[in-house]
Amino acid sequence: MVFIGVRAAPMVALTAFSVGVTLAMQAAHSLESLGAEMYIPDLVMLTLLREMGPVLIAVIVIGRSGSAVAAEIGTMKVSEEIEALEVMAINPVQFLVVPRFLAMMVMLPALTIFGNYIGILGGWAVCCSLLDFNTAGYIMRAVESADTWDLYSGMIKSVVFAWIIITISCNAGLNVEGGAEGVGQATTAAVVQALLAMLVMNAVLTGIFFFAA
Amino acid sequence: MKDNGETIIEVNNLVRKFGDRAVLDELSFNVHRGETLVIMGGSGCGKSTLLRHMIGSMKPTSGSVRLFGEEITGMKEREIERVRLRFGMLFQSGALLASLTVGENVALPLLQHTNKSPDEIEQIVRGKLEMVGLTGFEHLKPDEISGGMKKRVGLARALALDPELLFSDEPTSGLDPIMTAVVDQLTQKLTQGSSMTAVVVSHDMTSAFRIATRMIMLGHGSIVAQGTPDEIRNSPNAEVQQFINGRADGPIPLNLSQEEHKDHQHVRPRPFRGARFRFHHKHP
Repeated sequence: MVFIGVRAAPMVALTAFSVGVTLAMQAAHSLESLGAEMYIPDLVMLTLLREMGPVLIAVIVIGRSGSAVAAEIGTMKVSEEIEALEVMAINPVQFLVVPRFLAMMVMLPALTIFGNYIGILGGWAVCCSLLDFNTAGYIMRAVESADTWDLYSGMIKSVVFAWIIITISCNAGLNVEGGAEGVGQATTAAVVQALLAMLVMNAVLTGIFFFAA
Repeated sequence: MKDNGETIIEVNNLVRKFGDRAVLDELSFNVHRGETLVIMGGSGCGKSTLLRHMIGSMKPTSGSVRLFGEEITGMKEREIERVRLRFGMLFQSGALLASLTVGENVALPLLQHTNKSPDEIEQIVRGKLEMVGLTGFEHLKPDEISGGMKKRVGLARALALDPELLFSDEPTSGLDPIMTAVVDQLTQKLTQGSSMTAVVVSHDMTSAFRIATRMIMLGHGSIVAQGTPDEIRNSPNAEVQQFINGRADGPIPLNLSQEEHKDHQHVRPRPFRGARFRFHHKHP
């Protein structure tokens, strides 16, 4: 839990801040030509809550925790630790997978909320320092533009991503065969598969939430 | 030979094939309560595979394995867990959980399977570690201790639930001579004092002859010879003599290539296949 959640926070913060800043600058560039600078906060806010927040933070967590979980469980598999658990009549799924599953299910959405705040802060930094916004104005626009569904849809996404990431990682780890090389392959496979599955699922969920409704 | 007649392990016509190759070829033997059975044989003769079938982590191609009178080959995971609570297993590398301390590793079976209080558990853990000569090591992590120490912690963990049956995979390889003697003595004490039964896979001949009450020598997946240590020591079988005396020349092939290895499996010379030593019927 500490590993997946707390220690990932600085990285999540930096990423989210950069994304917030980038979004604001890009928005400023495009919207200025339309004379619609006042919509910059809206764009930053919605993009973050609905898409960028859940997806980018999932990418970080896949790279950090998904790979770590696959490698850790895989190493336990090749060093006979999993077999030892079984022989001690301890179910390895209950003992190893369940705690990691719960940690991921709690921490990924938590990190996503945290990342969203930092991203919005990034947008604010650009708006206030480079564009003619004042703090109050930025907050007003940002809060007005989003409704609770924007937040919830992002949260639902991040819960689904958490499930995908941890399932794929644990599965890859438990199925390792063939020593250190096997662990390496399983870790790579876990990251690649989790990334693809997560991105495809994001497209599907966006379709369901904002297109079909 | 101590033998009160109760059969703890019954292996019957056990066959395990990997592809076409029979790694275990119609193996049959029994182990009785209080015995220390040493299974020996060269690398790749199927010792470890046999052990994995006896603990239920591999399923045989055909044949049966009965532990405590219960057939385990067809058992579901949940049923087999019940049987596993009655035996302990020492893995070759110790197989300690790297994320837990030495003490936590030994305490793990107690925490999972008993309702003992933390104080009681701590006491048992300390006692078990003392038995293997590792008093005061509770708070170290497995990667802070040597390979031989890991193995002894593994033994303490295997004994945590006071099992009726102990499986050991190479318990003394990698231990210094003194520690080997300590572990051997411990095994002897446990099988004499209580009614514990031990099955030990080993190719450390000194240790094997010290602890065994009965020995089985495996070769090419079947039993080459079995009997008491004395019977094995005086065996006329050239293959047995080569193995226990550690000679490079003899009837045991070096298996130079995989092809030859395969050929050897198919056109195995038959004379030693349990022909001269047949003590199956000694046990009722």
